[in-house]
Amino acid sequence: MSAPKSLFDKVWDAHVVRNIEDGPDVLFIDRHFIHEVTSPVAFLGLESRGLGVLFPNRTFATADHNTPTINQHLPVQDPLSANQLKALETNSAKYGISHWGLGHAKNGIVHVVGPENGITLPGMTIVCGDSHTSTHGAFGAIAFGIGTSEVEMVLSSQCIMQPKPKKMRVTINGKLGKGVLPKDVTLFIISKLSAAGATGYFCEYAGEVFENMSMEGRMTVCNMSIEMGARGGMIAPDETTFAYLKGREQAPKGEAWEKALAYWKTLKTDEGTVFDIEYTFDAAEIEPQITYGTNPGLGTGISQNIPQAANVLDGAASYAKSLNYMGFAENDQIIGKPIDYVFLGSCTNGRIEDFRAFASIVKGRKKADNVTAWLVPGSHIVESQIKEEGILDILTEAGFALRQPGCSACLAMNDDKIPAGKYAVSTSNRNFEGRQGPGARTLLASPLVAAAAAVTGKVTDPREFL
Amino acid sequence: MAYDKFTILKSTAVPMPIENVDTDQIIPARFLKATSRVDFDKNLFRDWRYNADDTPKADFVLNNPIYSGKILVGGRNFGSGSSREHAAWAIYDYGFRCVVSSFFADIFKGNALNIGILPVQVSPEFLHKIFTAIEADPNTELEVNLPAQTITILATGESESFGINGYKKNNMINGYDDIDYLQSMKSEIATFADKSLY
Repeated sequence: MSAPKSLFDKVWDAHVVRNIEDGPDVLFIDRHFIHEVTSPVAFLGLESRGLGVLFPNRTFATADHNTPTINQHLPVQDPLSANQLKALETNSAKYGISHWGLGHAKNGIVHVVGPENGITLPGMTIVCGDSHTSTHGAFGAIAFGIGTSEVEMVLSSQCIMQPKPKKMRVTINGKLGKGVLPKDVTLFIISKLSAAGATGYFCEYAGEVFENMSMEGRMTVCNMSIEMGARGGMIAPDETTFAYLKGREQAPKGEAWEKALAYWKTLKTDEGTVFDIEYTFDAAEIEPQITYGTNPGLGTGISQNIPQAANVLDGAASYAKSLNYMGFAENDQIIGKPIDYVFLGSCTNGRIEDFRAFASIVKGRKKADNVTAWLVPGSHIVESQIKEEGILDILTEAGFALRQPGCSACLAMNDDKIPAGKYAVSTSNRNFEGRQGPGARTLLASPLVAAAAAVTGKVTDPREFL
Repeated sequence: MAYDKFTILKSTAVPMPIENVDTDQIIPARFLKATSRVDFDKNLFRDWRYNADDTPKADFVLNNPIYSGKILVGGRNFGSGSSREHAAWAIYDYGFRCVVSSFFADIFKGNALNIGILPVQVSPEFLHKIFTAIEADPNTELEVNLPAQTITILATGESESFGINGYKKNNMINGYDDIDYLQSMKSEIATFADKSLY
């Protein structure tokens, strides 16, 4: 009998074209997503080397990072952004790559549109010039972010060269408490492991909490894997996965579906597999989370006070710099901190469930006067769902407006920038200095925490409203 | 894009004893709008280096004339966050050829190696020694010897070895890149693709 293998090993090993002694593996890539920001220099590289795109049908282009979230029907105002969007369109057309640009019915954030159109499937290798490619691991795929040199490699050879990461498993059993969302689960894990705690590893999430999670929730968790330094995160595909995929536009159909399904059912970690490192937590330990510092590891339960330097894994000087930027102090109570902005959206929390959760709290209430709220669906498909389910009516009634799909204030490349010094409760993935605009101060949280902040104008425990 | 070959680098170093230097600090997203590799070095550490009115911040190390060199020394978990290769381009195009830290984020490390920056991972103790040596004398030189895989503080002679896989080491020494390698195995890749399930 062969040695037990992890889910990760099974998928990785099935894609190794060549193993280089004292070097990386040459890994075949099934699906490649590109967007306007990290691809243009790769296409220039192809041209300067006289290379073409080897398998254009394996690459999918969507515009998201740099797109406006209002008046998308008008020409893009910023000439640099317009130029970058045009380059993606031109390069895609030149090499025969499917392109969902601004205004396309399927346009949206790359990590939202890939899964919702069935491009992402279990057992695949998936890369994109974006660190949150780890999202697709929710389907039992190996998915991770790459740099532009690697984008050029995939375009020209459908392969990249990567040393095989070490294996980590995070197991959480039990039942999540009231008001605790997948975002809280991932912020909790990152706060325990730190922003660098999983560097060098690929993480598998296992246990009842993940088994009972929707695909949207699993995507939120896998999305944030990079925020603890992991190369990626993945969850074994199961009936929840198959039910989500069945009938999606690009998912296999008929006989091909049955054949794929039989293979996908083998994609789980064998009994007795040894991981390089394992962590186990109890679901009951997790309360709604919020971050208070300038990396995603600096988070805590919302009812807690800001920890003292001695109790965090970062060095004292870096911790002091972080709190100083945020305008916070050790031992401060987080609940009650006044806020100025709320951002609901991004590849982390821009899916339909996130809008449902947000609406569940703002329903029948009113947006606080001191809060500016940006609600940005992850795709046009999500936007349509919001309208069809009556969520838009609830939001409108409560004083909120919906913007158009894109990455928006998550990285503030477009005009959606939080002003300097202002506090934003954001459902996105990074609270780095200036991430949401120069000088902006970000508190990462779940859609429920964001909703509670939006209606009260301060950090508020969402359980009060449930 | 071709890069300069790397064998032995002897240089003064710029100290940045800050942990978790993420790629949004190295180059903020609003400066990623170019469609070619130009001028990213001008926005290296933009918001730490310049005030909102574009005047230099005097207390930032890159604006301090006593520090210079081709080696950047950073705190633990250097290069975390976004996969933007623009961060590595900005560092290289500014003139750095080597970044030293006690710990690198994976994607940054890969990007650096792909464009000709050598990431040298040292022990936390040795990192501390480097910071101390530069603090005592900003003209302190470091020697990074890639063939021997050692880094030495020349003033004190203290040295430590560092790891790098043989394939990447050979690439750096000879100025090769992965794309050349992958092009050489096209038929092997085609055969593999024919068997692909997807």
